Amino acid sequence: MRELFLLLTKSRRFMSGLVLFTLIMGFALIGPWFHQVNPFAMTGGLFYRPSDQFLLGTDNLGRDILSQLMHGTRTSMMIGLIAGGAATSIGVVIGSVAGFTGGLVDDILMGFTNILITIPPIVVLILLSVAVSVRSAVVMGIIIGVTSWPWTARAVRAQATSLKEREHVDLARITGFNNVEMIVREILPYMFSYIFMVFILQVTSGILSEATLSMLGLGPFRTVSLGQMLHWSLLWESVRVGAWWAFIPAVICLTTISFSLQTMNTGMDEVFNPKLRKD
Amino acid sequence: MLKSKMLRYLGKKAIWYAVAFFVALALNFFLPRLIPGNPVDVLVAQMAEGGVASQSLERLYDSFITEFGLDQPLHLQFFSFVTNVLRGDLGTSFMNYPAKVSSMLGQALPYTLAIQIPAIIVGWLLGNGFGAFCAYKGGKVDSVGFTVALFFSSIPFYTLAIILVYLLAVMNPIFPVSGAYSFGNWPGWNWDFISDALYHWILPFSSMVLVSIGGQAIGMREMSLYELTTDYVGYSRALGLKDRKVVGYVFRNAMLPQITGLALAFGTMMGGALVTESVFSYPGVGRLLFTAIRTNDYPMIQGATLLITITVLAANFIVDIVYGFIDPRVRAAQLGER
Repeated sequence: MRELFLLLTKSRRFMSGLVLFTLIMGFALIGPWFHQVNPFAMTGGLFYRPSDQFLLGTDNLGRDILSQLMHGTRTSMMIGLIAGGAATSIGVVIGSVAGFTGGLVDDILMGFTNILITIPPIVVLILLSVAVSVRSAVVMGIIIGVTSWPWTARAVRAQATSLKEREHVDLARITGFNNVEMIVREILPYMFSYIFMVFILQVTSGILSEATLSMLGLGPFRTVSLGQMLHWSLLWESVRVGAWWAFIPAVICLTTISFSLQTMNTGMDEVFNPKLRKD
Repeated sequence: MLKSKMLRYLGKKAIWYAVAFFVALALNFFLPRLIPGNPVDVLVAQMAEGGVASQSLERLYDSFITEFGLDQPLHLQFFSFVTNVLRGDLGTSFMNYPAKVSSMLGQALPYTLAIQIPAIIVGWLLGNGFGAFCAYKGGKVDSVGFTVALFFSSIPFYTLAIILVYLLAVMNPIFPVSGAYSFGNWPGWNWDFISDALYHWILPFSSMVLVSIGGQAIGMREMSLYELTTDYVGYSRALGLKDRKVVGYVFRNAMLPQITGLALAFGTMMGGALVTESVFSYPGVGRLLFTAIRTNDYPMIQGATLLITITVLAANFIVDIVYGFIDPRVRAAQLGER
């Protein structure tokens, strides 16, 4: 574990992603301490330009954009983490059980997974989001999580299938471990680095899914998220009236989060799969 | 002999997609029914706000319930839903009553496909070329090229769309801000319309193509890097084969998984594409969906999502078939030659 982490700190790609990510997290988490403005309070007028009083201007309802951006980044991150956590857990459980058990269980679980992979996730996301009556940030995270696990399950299954042929697994079997114990002790630890990478990818795609859903008008209720900010700017035409401060900051935040996470992920990929390392 | 086995492969795939389609149908039917109450409540409540008299509201309510078959038991509703879908009937739009959902979607679909299909194909070709180029060149070219590709693939489609609209349509009015053709123009097969439509098409198309180039390039680079380390490459080099010939082999082998990537791209790009249409007010399926969500037009939401599913399933099916014909390994496995 510690060795892996040390190895990661040597990867320039991983570290630059991590620094970028930490910066944006700091902005979202610590920022509101220094800038205590309610993101929903109508403190200014219609599309005020950035000024000393409103560092990033105001939106169509005169709300402070900087404050929206801080709270929005926080909400988006939270949704991404919940979605990523849920999707990774479901995927890992289904994938490792299917791969390790094999036989009929494997066929059933993977048949199910493959059908879900074929159906575009956005469709299920839209239908589920329309159906839930209270769409809080947490609920959205869960919805995104339960729709995006299939490819993780498939990938984890492939790993589990090959891992179970190893000798230490046989040894554990002779020792009298049951299936659950063997999966937890002998299979999962060996793909820890892989699972961590999957988690980061899932968080990224969760954040982007939130933005997609919100922009379609299925965003979280009574909360501001990055996707919500973009939705408002579409709905109230801030792009067309040229109020760049109402949407460019959200675009930059969203892209930076996604880029930093993807960079971390590729950095890890290069460390863990030496074949990709080019030096 | 060979032909019958290929037919069996196709048949197996067809059954597989039929099952997936049925599951999609079931999701499409049951998920919206989780809504507390029923959609007609929402519709009638909206009409009440619009000031329709309460007596006619009641009559409206009853007639809607009957029309949408909500007075029948669930399994019968599902059965008639499936038969209707198979007949191409997706019901009636709430908001544009009595317009048929299927005819509204039928008008919108060509616009969606006109953006998506070229964007995916062009993005795939350019992206793979670029990815393989980066992998082969290595060094500085690779690390800069890869970072650029990574950056573009991290940008959600629609945010790039927003930026393009702002830069190239609002700040510097080079391209139109919205729509698929100018006000006053009317769709038809004449040069006037086609040139106008192309002019409106460039921005939404570019916003999607740039991002998909990035994604494809990353995948292709990884595949090529992997192929470059395989034994056959070392062997070919040792035999003294020309670089060009070796790269040709690498390309062919790295290309195959990328074809599956093409099928995946259809599914994953869909969400972004829907939003991109809304950014440009492009009159495609995404735009219809955007409006339908805002107005609680459930039949339209259901119809649009179903259409999206069918499009993606069809695209996947085609790619699967093509893949079966192209990849000698899959072909051999499917035909039982191995």
